[in-house]
Amino acid sequence: MRRTLAGLMITALIVVFLSIKLNAFRDYQIAEIGVYVTAVAGLSVLTGLSGQISLGHGAFMAIGGYTSALLLLHLGWPFIIVLLIAAAAPAAAGAIVGIAAARLRGPYLAGATLMLGVALPAIALAYPGTFGGDQGLNVVFTAPGWLGSSFPLTRWQAWVTTATALVTLFLLANLSRSRIGRNWRAVRDDEVAAALAGVNVAMSRVLAFVVSAACAGLAGALLAITTALVAPTAYTITLSITLLTAAVIGGLGTLPGAIWGSLIIVLVPTYITDLATSHGLSTKISANIPIAAYGLILILVMLAFPRGIQGAVRRLFVGFAQHEKEGTSESS
Amino acid sequence: MNPHRRVTSPRPRRALAAIAVGTAALTAAACSSSGSSSTGTPGTGSSSSGGGSNAALTASAPGITATTITIGSHQPLTGPAAPGYSEIAPASNAYFKYVNAHGGVFGRKITYTYLDDGYNPINTSSVVRQLVLQDSVYALFDGLGTPTHLAVLSFLTAQKVPDVFVASGCDCWNAPSTAPDTFGWQLDYIREGKILGQYIAQHFKGKKIGYFYQDDEFGMDGVKGLDYEIPKSMVVARESYAPTNVNVAPAVAALRAAGAQVVVSFSIPAFTALLKLTSLKLSYAPQLVVSNVGSDPITLAGLLQAFAKQGGQTVNGNQLISGIISDGYLPSTGATSNSWIALFKQVHDTYDAGAPFDGNVLYGEAVAYTFVQAMFKAGRNPTRADLVSAIEAGLPQGPAVAPYDYSSTSHFGITGTFIGTITNGALVEQGSALTTDITPTGAITSYTGTEQQAPANGIPSP
Repeated sequence: MRRTLAGLMITALIVVFLSIKLNAFRDYQIAEIGVYVTAVAGLSVLTGLSGQISLGHGAFMAIGGYTSALLLLHLGWPFIIVLLIAAAAPAAAGAIVGIAAARLRGPYLAGATLMLGVALPAIALAYPGTFGGDQGLNVVFTAPGWLGSSFPLTRWQAWVTTATALVTLFLLANLSRSRIGRNWRAVRDDEVAAALAGVNVAMSRVLAFVVSAACAGLAGALLAITTALVAPTAYTITLSITLLTAAVIGGLGTLPGAIWGSLIIVLVPTYITDLATSHGLSTKISANIPIAAYGLILILVMLAFPRGIQGAVRRLFVGFAQHEKEGTSESS
Repeated sequence: MNPHRRVTSPRPRRALAAIAVGTAALTAAACSSSGSSSTGTPGTGSSSSGGGSNAALTASAPGITATTITIGSHQPLTGPAAPGYSEIAPASNAYFKYVNAHGGVFGRKITYTYLDDGYNPINTSSVVRQLVLQDSVYALFDGLGTPTHLAVLSFLTAQKVPDVFVASGCDCWNAPSTAPDTFGWQLDYIREGKILGQYIAQHFKGKKIGYFYQDDEFGMDGVKGLDYEIPKSMVVARESYAPTNVNVAPAVAALRAAGAQVVVSFSIPAFTALLKLTSLKLSYAPQLVVSNVGSDPITLAGLLQAFAKQGGQTVNGNQLISGIISDGYLPSTGATSNSWIALFKQVHDTYDAGAPFDGNVLYGEAVAYTFVQAMFKAGRNPTRADLVSAIEAGLPQGPAVAPYDYSSTSHFGITGTFIGTITNGALVEQGSALTTDITPTGAITSYTGTEQQAPANGIPSP
């Protein structure tokens, strides 16, 4: 446990160092990566460990985003408290969805969560007075005064999102190695066997949804302060699919996989756009290349590494330590 | 040792190792493309090295070097607003290429970087930060869209980046006290709504009027202007749409049920086309009055044919849009004898021949012309503040049919427009240009000033 904490501190220090060293736009990208890591890690636990799929996680992010925006706008509460409520509100929604989800399997669960992802952001359109309609709400978020007035906001955003992402990863890592995590795996692998072993299957599945929704809510709040905006167009079904894509590319059920996936979905489109424009391609082509490249990467990763990037990394390490692994398999 | 424990127990150390590896990868990715940390600091106020006509060209502001001016924009190159609007930035770029090939702005060449935001405010946030924080553009030019640009307004203000000639007629860009570096350009929707509203009130007396509008500042500003002129008793239905939802059938059915004989539409081109096609399906044929931004004939005709084709139908786009009433604050693209049209057609044919010469292309070139006008006025070695003061000092009329409103207290652009009817795929002018203000009672008057001729060499004089 102490080593885990030490490792997190080192990671945090590296990010702080990077955020000071790199330009403000890179800080913004670090913040974006922090947002996605938080959401993707939660989704990865839900799908990879408890074996439930969600095509509607964008909706939980929307709940977190709007909750934090409204609290900051009307009540001006300290951000740390706003963040906690932004996790609690979607967790409650996750419990409700989880209860329904506990009865659904495979494509039916996918369909139900898809509906959630499509329908929920539309509520913002139905009540423009509260939620600002299609225009959304502007979120005012500033760096604390003790950092000095010249402290770049993007750096502060990078710090806040990274800190939240790392704490989330730490908690999820502990959770998945606890009794709860073992129950999730047991239910995923064989429900009947799990039930016979005394695991409350329904409770276990609902809990996975609650935890996952809370992570998405946190990510929604972080996205709101990073982009200074919550709007229905931010939480479209595309976002939900992107999160799932990141989880799958990175490696389902693995927390480092959430980082790999997030790095890809944040950095690849910018990189490809830069590449396409610097090669003087026509606008019509260069504008569509990131979307095509994204699809191509997804296909290639799935063909080459069916277990995601983390699966490939793991295989690489296993290859290096071949004889050690052989020893392990003999003993089991 | 229990084998199961080994299989299922997580590997925190390995997890952490991977986190560290992930961070290292981020370092590599981030360092490889840009290592500098220039944060686009605001101009220093006075141009110490400017002034004299022979002063050496210096890097007087972020984005300005001795040889280049770098500006950026967010544009819907993909997504719901892309049809039509995606032609605007390449057209602006065509005009900049023309200027670059003919001496540039005081010898500096303009580099125009426009990034795709898919008309999604979240993407706008991201690409505009890239332009300002990483690419250090001198100014944001012609950022397109009301919901999209509103998402970055406070960011641009905080960074003190000139935010010139936003491609949207929202009155939000006229806020000299809260957004001192932001300027509108095209006719704002309130003025446009008033002018269209007066025309409707005069020409369709006693008819039932229905509104169809985008449910954001764009549509609501337009409706505000319409309501200043059209008596409330004439309006029988007010239906809005969200640009993210292409199902407009319920709105059109409601307009039909209310018996609206005239439908005024403040919509983007794709939704004007959807309105027309859906009405057709419901055998509903009201007189359409469409805001300028949603009525470019070439774009509309193309969209109608494309949408109908998706539904397995063949329609004649030009025939369908014939008779739509709209307005234009730039000369009609069909007016080949107009000196501006001749200039922009020539630039288009040389640098942007792949695109049709339609209202979007004309818009892109005309707004680019205005930017070059402002840059010449800002001086040889301008700071960011110099560009803002140059525009606030007022700009000559240029290609628009009515003058600009620019001053230190108004950041509105073009103040008037002419009414026209789409005939044979082009907007045909009816009567002279009308100008007005944004107040509920401000009079609408015919513009009597003479329109300017395009400069012979196609480049605004310094």
